[in-house]
Amino acid sequence: MKRSIVASPAAWLVWGAVIIFFIGLAGVIGSVVVNSFGVRWFDSWLPEEYTTGWYGQAWDEFTLLPVLTVTLIVCLLVAGISVLVGVPAAYVLARRSFPGSRALYLLFLLPILMPPITYGIPLATVLYKYGLAGHLSGVVLANLVPSIPFVILTMTPFIEQIDPAVERAARMCGARTRHVFTRILAPLLIPGILASCILVVVRTVGMFELTFLTAGPDSQTLVVALFYSMSAAGIRAQQSVDAMAVIYSLMMLTLLVLALRFVNPTQLVARVKEDQY
Amino acid sequence: MTAATVAVRHRLADRGVDRQMLLLVPATVFVVALFIYPFAYGIAVSLQPAEGGVLAAYQAFFADAYQRDTIVTTLMIALPAAVLNVAASVPIAYRMRGRFRGKRVVTTILVVPITLGTVLTAEGLLNFLGPAGWLNRFLMTTGLTDAPVRLTNNYWGVFLSLVITGFPFAFLLVLSYLSGIDPSLERAAATLGAGWRQRFFRITLPLLAPGLATTFCLTFVLAFSVFPSAILVGDPTGSTRVISIAAYEAAYVRYDYAGASAAAIIMGAVELAVIAVVLGLRGLLYTGSTAGGKG
Repeated sequence: MKRSIVASPAAWLVWGAVIIFFIGLAGVIGSVVVNSFGVRWFDSWLPEEYTTGWYGQAWDEFTLLPVLTVTLIVCLLVAGISVLVGVPAAYVLARRSFPGSRALYLLFLLPILMPPITYGIPLATVLYKYGLAGHLSGVVLANLVPSIPFVILTMTPFIEQIDPAVERAARMCGARTRHVFTRILAPLLIPGILASCILVVVRTVGMFELTFLTAGPDSQTLVVALFYSMSAAGIRAQQSVDAMAVIYSLMMLTLLVLALRFVNPTQLVARVKEDQY
Repeated sequence: MTAATVAVRHRLADRGVDRQMLLLVPATVFVVALFIYPFAYGIAVSLQPAEGGVLAAYQAFFADAYQRDTIVTTLMIALPAAVLNVAASVPIAYRMRGRFRGKRVVTTILVVPITLGTVLTAEGLLNFLGPAGWLNRFLMTTGLTDAPVRLTNNYWGVFLSLVITGFPFAFLLVLSYLSGIDPSLERAAATLGAGWRQRFFRITLPLLAPGLATTFCLTFVLAFSVFPSAILVGDPTGSTRVISIAAYEAAYVRYDYAGASAAAIIMGAVELAVIAVVLGLRGLLYTGSTAGGKG
């Protein structure tokens, strides 16, 4: 289909809104980046002098290396466990209807539909009771609560799109369930699994409430460390907090851009060949 | 294997129950142990206040206007933010679903806010929209306003931070639901003489509506739990004292676990009520395949 070059008023309106959003976004990000390099910045358009010193200071003061390590470990554990547990469950839910399947689906939906803090407070209490909170294990367990259902939810449509005839054909040829999983479903599901893994990692890195409620001093992830440094105003230089926030976002951005090379984000829910348009 | 177990297995298989169902067990155990059990525990705690009857914690919450009003505050922030995010995503996603140059770049830029995190968003909003920030500087230089516009440490700061983090999320979901709708359906309608308005309102929108309901719910949940940004860019003791702050204060400032659990459960109930309404409306709509053809 050929498109006309002259856009309609509606198109201009839409693109205008997108551009305003982008300008606001650029302002928000730009002001943080500029501030993180500025020496002093009061009543002027730009700081008087520039320095990279805040980054070094942020790295040392906030002991960023251990914090980053904790963040990485938590993310990998959460993503790994939720895929291992979630994908098989998504498979059964996508393929079968059995008594209680709708109730079970609702059960998996609930943790996603609840704000983390509503179950985070009782969950933290329970984890403290069993001595799991305050450590890495508590943070991982708490983060699994929304992640497993999230994997189930994103994987179910992926699995539904695989024609069951393929599986039946494999079974006719004598493949067992294990073979169907490893030889047929797994290769077809790799894009979906990658996508949900990445989304789980992004969610976990950004998951503030659950980590905040269950982390101890040595199991803080980056967001929680950042929140503490920002809410305890006056202790840290604001530029130093900004430098740390920039490091955080660069890390997330690298992760996401890397992810976008492998996964098309628009095909998370449903997959249609782009050539169709 | 005895004949009896074979018979039982057959009968279960008739109803769709067999060994593959075991694949559901780990996920179910996780959710029950880490979600249902703590939640039940929380309800039990909320019903055992230090003083007063069984419902004393709830009565205390609703009797205290400072606590009770947090429900309205939260809804007043979360509902408009979620509606705006979903409503703005539809036309933008509709424009972006085809192939065009730079689509990947635009999508990537739209994804950037997801990576920012609350703290950078909060810092950025404070820097950019603050009294000495670029926006107010621009507005005052061009003479649009005389005094700085106050957009931070109040309702608007929190609202904007929810739009910045929520919109890209809503957009990606809507875009993927939209890409799941087979374009040949619209083309078929076009050959029958339907204009773009008819194609959009008669075909695309009805097929998209269930996806929109889901997107709304997920965006609303994000917006409903505005805990960090309500503290960082808002006015946490006044106009943006959301219910999660009330719950957090009860638990970690006053160590009133009954009150905290009660607040958390009230929060969950209010939020689920909104979701139930939306999903109930969704249930009235078409929920079949959007892929067309053999679907």
